[in-house]
Amino acid sequence: MTRVKADLGACQGYANCVVAADRYFDLSDDGEVVILRAEVEEGDRAQVEAAVTSCPVNALTLVDE
Amino acid sequence: MTRIAIVGASVGGVRTAQALRRAGFSGHLTLIGAEPEVPYDKPPLSKAFLADTEHKPTQLLTVQEAADVDIDLVLGHRAVRLDVAARQIELEEHAPVEFDKLVIATGARARRSPWPTQPGVHVLRTVEDARDLRRDLHDGGHLAIVGAGFIGAEVAGTARKLGLEVTLVDPLAVPAADLIGDEVGRRLIELHSRNGVRTRLGLGVESLEQAKDGRLVLTLTDGETVAADTVLVAIGATPNDEWLESSGLRVDDGVLCDEYSRVSRTPEIYAVGDVARWHHETPGPSRRVEHWTNAVEQATVVAHNLTHPEELRPYTPVGYVWTDQHDWKIQIAGDPQSAQATVLVDQSDHHADRWAMLYHDVDDVLVGAVVVNWPRALIASRRALQHPTSVVEVRDQLDRNPAAARS
Repeated sequence: MTRVKADLGACQGYANCVVAADRYFDLSDDGEVVILRAEVEEGDRAQVEAAVTSCPVNALTLVDE
Repeated sequence: MTRIAIVGASVGGVRTAQALRRAGFSGHLTLIGAEPEVPYDKPPLSKAFLADTEHKPTQLLTVQEAADVDIDLVLGHRAVRLDVAARQIELEEHAPVEFDKLVIATGARARRSPWPTQPGVHVLRTVEDARDLRRDLHDGGHLAIVGAGFIGAEVAGTARKLGLEVTLVDPLAVPAADLIGDEVGRRLIELHSRNGVRTRLGLGVESLEQAKDGRLVLTLTDGETVAADTVLVAIGATPNDEWLESSGLRVDDGVLCDEYSRVSRTPEIYAVGDVARWHHETPGPSRRVEHWTNAVEQATVVAHNLTHPEELRPYTPVGYVWTDQHDWKIQIAGDPQSAQATVLVDQSDHHADRWAMLYHDVDDVLVGAVVVNWPRALIASRRALQHPTSVVEVRDQLDRNPAAARS
């Protein structure tokens, strides 16, 4: 299973992840990433990976468990 | 086995390599970079990296990550010539690299200072540039910046936080006006003034010389002289396309691509990032974009098109760029330049310096947004820009956003 994790200390609220995969990511009112679902469905993997690599501050990582 | 070579190891090249593996490309993949550094990210170089002498470059791809997905790194060897017929790239001090398919991602470089090079005069593009500038900034004193674009304005903010005196010179009276309009441009000038930056706008630089006491003296077109310890010349960038001159590919301030980011409609050669000039599907002038998110989004499309030649995707980005200046996080989405009029949504009563300028066309359709310190407005704008949306709808959505008022 693949999970997506966020480093809230790194997040700067650029919103690239929300634009790339809005079923998985949102931003709080303070501009911090909110993970809407942590488990990545197999069919969404490419989209979530694209969201992870579109983060300007590398705040997101995928972890295979 | 198919061989793909990517020339350029900054964000466009690196993200294309990663996206190719994600898209299932299993052939040989070579990533070639002119700099010896392990691929690093450029946005921090004018901000966090410059502010802190302990700050390490932010890596885009570690050697281990490259090895994990079988990306062959060739770093420190500049591409000097492309032979399309022979499918070969000539490199400086390295054997030529052969390919079946090629991605051109050589980016851009800082436009050179028109004045004679002298100690204390800098440009800022690479990590080496940033290290040199950082050394001088941490000696304190007076920094003069020529050019109030994103790089110049960001460094002004960083240098003020370091306690330097800063003078910002630009030939335009309102430097960002052509991009985001006069009103927002003036707000940015005001931001600099409020943070202690001396602005000298609407003025050119006649000369830059070293005085007998070693200081650098700029003479402005109105006759004023500015004596500085350090000078940053931040007057834009030039695409790195000279190595393609003899290739037969069409080069005109960037390498020309079609709507699929293919160069010369060949299925084998693509371009990505700052070096790529392309046409949208709709008629109009071609464009070349020097922004981080553009390179990342184009990389995904190029990787898809290289691996799925039967179902090519056009590249139709919604523009997005950010710039951090002083305590403002400024985010620009869409294409404010094309707007006919603007609507301001201001939350500054509830939250210091939080507002969004919405740009719309004659039919009141949102075409762009400038958002300051307001994450929810950024998301609303970027979402709305993906489909034709009335500016009134977006304004109402932001106006009634109670969370924004509360926080």
